[in-house]
Amino acid sequence: MVTVTESPGVVGAVETSDKVASHLHAVASFDLADHPMPHGREEVWRFTPLKRLRGALDDTPTHDDESGPAATYEVRAGDEVLLGTLAPGEEPRGRGLVPGDRAAAVASKNTEKALHVKVPADTLVAEPVHIIVQGGAGKRSNAHHVLEVGTHASVTFVVEHRGSGVHAGNVEVIVGDGANVSVVSLQDWDDDAVHVGQHEATIGRAASYRHVSISFGGDVVRLTSNVRYDGPGGQAEMLGLYFADAGQHLEHRLFVDHNEPKTRSNVDYKGALQGAGAHSVWVGDVLIRKVAEGIDTYESNRNLVLTDGCRADSIPNLEIETGEIVGAGHASTTGRFDDQQLFYLQSRGIHEDDARRLVVHGFFNDIIRKIGIPQIEEKLLATVEAELEKTV
Amino acid sequence: MATLEIRDLHVTVDTGGAHDGSDGPKEILKGVDLVIRPGETHAIMGPNGSGKSTLAYSIAGHPKYTVTRGSVTLDGADVLAMKVDERARAGLFLAMQYPVEVPGVSVSNFLRTAKTAIDGEAPKLRTWVKDVNTAMAAMKMDPAFATRSVNEGFSGGEKKRHEILQLELLDPQVAVLDETDSGLDIDALRVVSDGVNRFKANGDRGVLLITHYTRILRYITPDFVHVFVDGRIAEEGGPELADRLEAEGYDRFTTTTV
Ligand SMILES: Nc1ncnc2c1ncn2[C@@H]1O[C@H](COP(=O)(O)OP(=O)(O)OP(=O)(O)O)[C@@H](O)[C@H]1O
Ligand SMILES: [Mg+2]
Repeated sequence: MVTVTESPGVVGAVETSDKVASHLHAVASFDLADHPMPHGREEVWRFTPLKRLRGALDDTPTHDDESGPAATYEVRAGDEVLLGTLAPGEEPRGRGLVPGDRAAAVASKNTEKALHVKVPADTLVAEPVHIIVQGGAGKRSNAHHVLEVGTHASVTFVVEHRGSGVHAGNVEVIVGDGANVSVVSLQDWDDDAVHVGQHEATIGRAASYRHVSISFGGDVVRLTSNVRYDGPGGQAEMLGLYFADAGQHLEHRLFVDHNEPKTRSNVDYKGALQGAGAHSVWVGDVLIRKVAEGIDTYESNRNLVLTDGCRADSIPNLEIETGEIVGAGHASTTGRFDDQQLFYLQSRGIHEDDARRLVVHGFFNDIIRKIGIPQIEEKLLATVEAELEKTV
Repeated sequence: MATLEIRDLHVTVDTGGAHDGSDGPKEILKGVDLVIRPGETHAIMGPNGSGKSTLAYSIAGHPKYTVTRGSVTLDGADVLAMKVDERARAGLFLAMQYPVEVPGVSVSNFLRTAKTAIDGEAPKLRTWVKDVNTAMAAMKMDPAFATRSVNEGFSGGEKKRHEILQLELLDPQVAVLDETDSGLDIDALRVVSDGVNRFKANGDRGVLLITHYTRILRYITPDFVHVFVDGRIAEEGGPELADRLEAEGYDRFTTTTV
């Protein structure tokens, strides 16, 4: 059971108006009326188990009460990083993110004071800025974080999601010209958590942006990660790693909008699935607009199915409106655990469970290395190990 | 010191079911008898498709093959009752005709994990690093291979040298070499043969060498040569039999096949 789709070449240019966005994407809007409650047959919702969202799409305020806040947010940052809040519509909130679906719209609407983390121009922040989101059991929380990075600044943000509850959270990233920004989002939830939201970046001229989405925990996680360019020459690297266990639904949707010339994007997501009802969804949309000449894009999703009863949906979409590009391609594979590899390792005396472990670690190895943040790497290796303990 | 004893071995392969017109299991090995005593080197030669790799894989325990009759023992212990990794730890080694790529697992990690499993304890770090470097140098493998993924992107000849590198480091009792000489250039053939001979010099090691060419037998002298035809051994002899096969081919054994 292996499916491969590969189209490294360039399909002929399609003549369309510059206003037409990818057909898969509803028009982005802050107005909740533009995002009616889905019934499940909509293209962008058809994979999501709506019944298990536990009201994540309801227009509900954050459940802070006398028993405590619905979620706590701890920011660990050095003095060079400025912290504040932003009301809806208060600059620069909304410059980088406009809700593309109902989940993002309710999160935005119900966040009066968005966390504003600002890195001034030309500032090189050595230690990662750490934002820890701790969700409270049985509570609904809304969040919107604005990460604003000035021109030629350099910083890594780690947004770590822990705990339980229902969380609708957006992350808006404004990457200044020539800046170098990494955002790592860790979904390390308890088993019963629900997490929906949108991460979106606008990438300045010749800036470089890296977004890493890592999903291990939670009952349902549905994250949309988008990028758009605010000038030519920017580059985006979108990495993802997930491990879906029995009954878990992990959905990652990406949209790279090549709306400026000479921009680059590389999407690379890898996931493993194990246990009955484990479900992963990866949808990678790349739009190359007519103005986006000289761009280069590649997207890849690989899934490793460890046991029976899992389902991996993997859908790359490439829409090309100009043929004047350097390259555009995508690959999607979903493969069963390779018995030949297991046999080879075992034939060298390696116990079956150790052999399995080696193969799965090997599968994730290149992604983990690409992330390039030592603390995260160690944590990931340990987490993959813990996940494997569940099967072997 | 260990004797590998194969008696009346019958093996079938699952051809994938009836829907494609095939008829379930197909018998490949049809009664193989072979005894490899400590210190002996046996060569097996035979036409394509006669079942040589099937024999090698069956000894190693590949899940694709089913033993329907007969026995395989290593010093009296029932090999067929052992799992794949148990067979390796009991002292068997298979250098594969087509070594498998394992992406993301570095050669050095792989070698150390295998050595630890075979010995039952982790090797002493300092001597181990030295042993690996020495063995790689002897196999004329660039040290950079240690950080590459197992067999990934290796050339055909590099894969074969990597197999013999493992042979030397793991030092089993009995080694089955399935066409290790195929695809090697003249220098690499020498390097690989020297590796096998060093392994033999460890003392009382058994070797089962599957090959199509007498060339390698000039470097690794066999004590016995077996002609393998249609799932069994059709004739046995000394090293001179190999020369005769080279001159005459398999015609006189395969009169009925195309
Ligand atoms: N899945 C299968 N279905 C049908 N026949 C199979 C299957 N697997 C192996 N065989 C057959 O088993 C026979 C023996 O194969 P084997 O690889 O053991 O031959 P060999 O002697 O090693 O050949 P070579 O010299 O080419 O390496 C071949 O005819 C092969 O086609
Ligand atoms: Mg063969």
